[in-house]
Amino acid sequence: MTAVKFKVTVDPDRCQGHNRCFAIAPEVFDVDDLGNAFAIGDGTVGDVLATKARQAAANCPEYAITVTELQG
Amino acid sequence: MTGRQAPVGDWTTDFDHTDPTWVRDPYPIWADLRAHCPVAHSARYGGTWLPTTHELVSEVAYDTEHFTSRAVVVDNLRPTELDLPAPIGLAPPITSDPPFHAVARRMLLPAFAPKKIASLEPMVRKLCGELLDATSGRADFDAAVDYTQHIPVGVIVGMLGFPLEDADIFRRFITQVLEKVDLPSDERLDMFMQGEIEAYLNDQIEAHKEHPRDDLTSFLLEAEIDGNKLAIEHVRGTMILLMVAGIDTTWSAIGAALWHLGSHPEDRRRLASDSSLWPTAVEELLRAYAPVTMGRLVIDDFDFHGHRMQKDDWVLLPFPSANRDETVFPDADKVLIDRQENRHAAFGLGIHRCLGSNLARMELTVALKEWMARYPEFELSDPDAVSWSGGQVRGPRSLPVRILA
Repeated sequence: MTAVKFKVTVDPDRCQGHNRCFAIAPEVFDVDDLGNAFAIGDGTVGDVLATKARQAAANCPEYAITVTELQG
Repeated sequence: MTGRQAPVGDWTTDFDHTDPTWVRDPYPIWADLRAHCPVAHSARYGGTWLPTTHELVSEVAYDTEHFTSRAVVVDNLRPTELDLPAPIGLAPPITSDPPFHAVARRMLLPAFAPKKIASLEPMVRKLCGELLDATSGRADFDAAVDYTQHIPVGVIVGMLGFPLEDADIFRRFITQVLEKVDLPSDERLDMFMQGEIEAYLNDQIEAHKEHPRDDLTSFLLEAEIDGNKLAIEHVRGTMILLMVAGIDTTWSAIGAALWHLGSHPEDRRRLASDSSLWPTAVEELLRAYAPVTMGRLVIDDFDFHGHRMQKDDWVLLPFPSANRDETVFPDADKVLIDRQENRHAAFGLGIHRCLGSNLARMELTVALKEWMARYPEFELSDPDAVSWSGGQVRGPRSLPVRILA
């Protein structure tokens, strides 16, 4: 049995640099020099960090974050 | 500051954001409009629209095709192409439209990015500590006059590298710009034409040219767009933006949060006993008491959800009303300091998201934490004496408190 993995993405066209995700889940998100957010690495996380990423998504004013379960 | 205009009778057809009823408590007005008249219109200020739901406020904020930012403070001056050169505007980038907006904003963003702002935290903590020291031993004082108003002005003046003793010049100027919006147009024009602030900024610019320093003024003088230094009007405009957008607003947010904590002992005590609540509490206070209502102008005649908007009509963008929309925020009128889902729009939405939001959030957090560490038990000594600013930035300008412990 393999652990479930999730894919976290930040839509760069929607992100306006509110910085809520970086404040809530710095293990999952980082911000560039302009303050725009991106998912660390390739955005693949396990279920513990996926919970934090969902919390960040629920606080993004621009609805820029998605967390989806990876199949297989 | 308020009450120059005729009193408002019908908020759906004749609203006025300087009316004493609105200034004292706008939330019931907005709740009624959201339910019954989500796009209100008033003939005041030459014609003004007021969308109030989260959905409509978002729509206008995202729509730079029909709405321009070249004037963002709704007043009796009718803007013309002549005195407000689009797309730069008087105070770039807040008064800029695409595509220039992105260029002017991109230049400033690094100075306000989270990690850069975090380095200013010790300076803010020291400032707050000194202000609290000055209240030491007093049981009764005014938290707005003696504490909150000095914090953002000290920070912005420090960032620009201006003498701290000049803070009063800024406060006077900001009050003129933001609160005296209901002056007749000729009086308001006279006020802007006095040129006190331009002369002051020119002196500071000259001093920085002679002796460059590690501050925002020298940064603006060195900055380039497409290989060219910024026009002097752009430099002055951005300085004015930092003062107007960075001082009254944060002063209001800190004051409104203290007003809440002073009048809600259960939240105050919960926060004092459980420091893990701070992040959600700060966002919830920002949601519930968002200080800033933005402004836009209609670019050309067009139909907005069945309403005939006309060129140069004003649009008020009440982000505080969007933040109280029940369809997005359950129990929107309740302050829940552990609210887990909070997509509040206190710093706006879309391309004009408050440039200084990281700074404002840091100042608010530090100012509240320092206050609570010093005065965990306090109350409003005279709730009826609390006065709120009118216009597009709402916060307590007088906040009498009594220290209890």
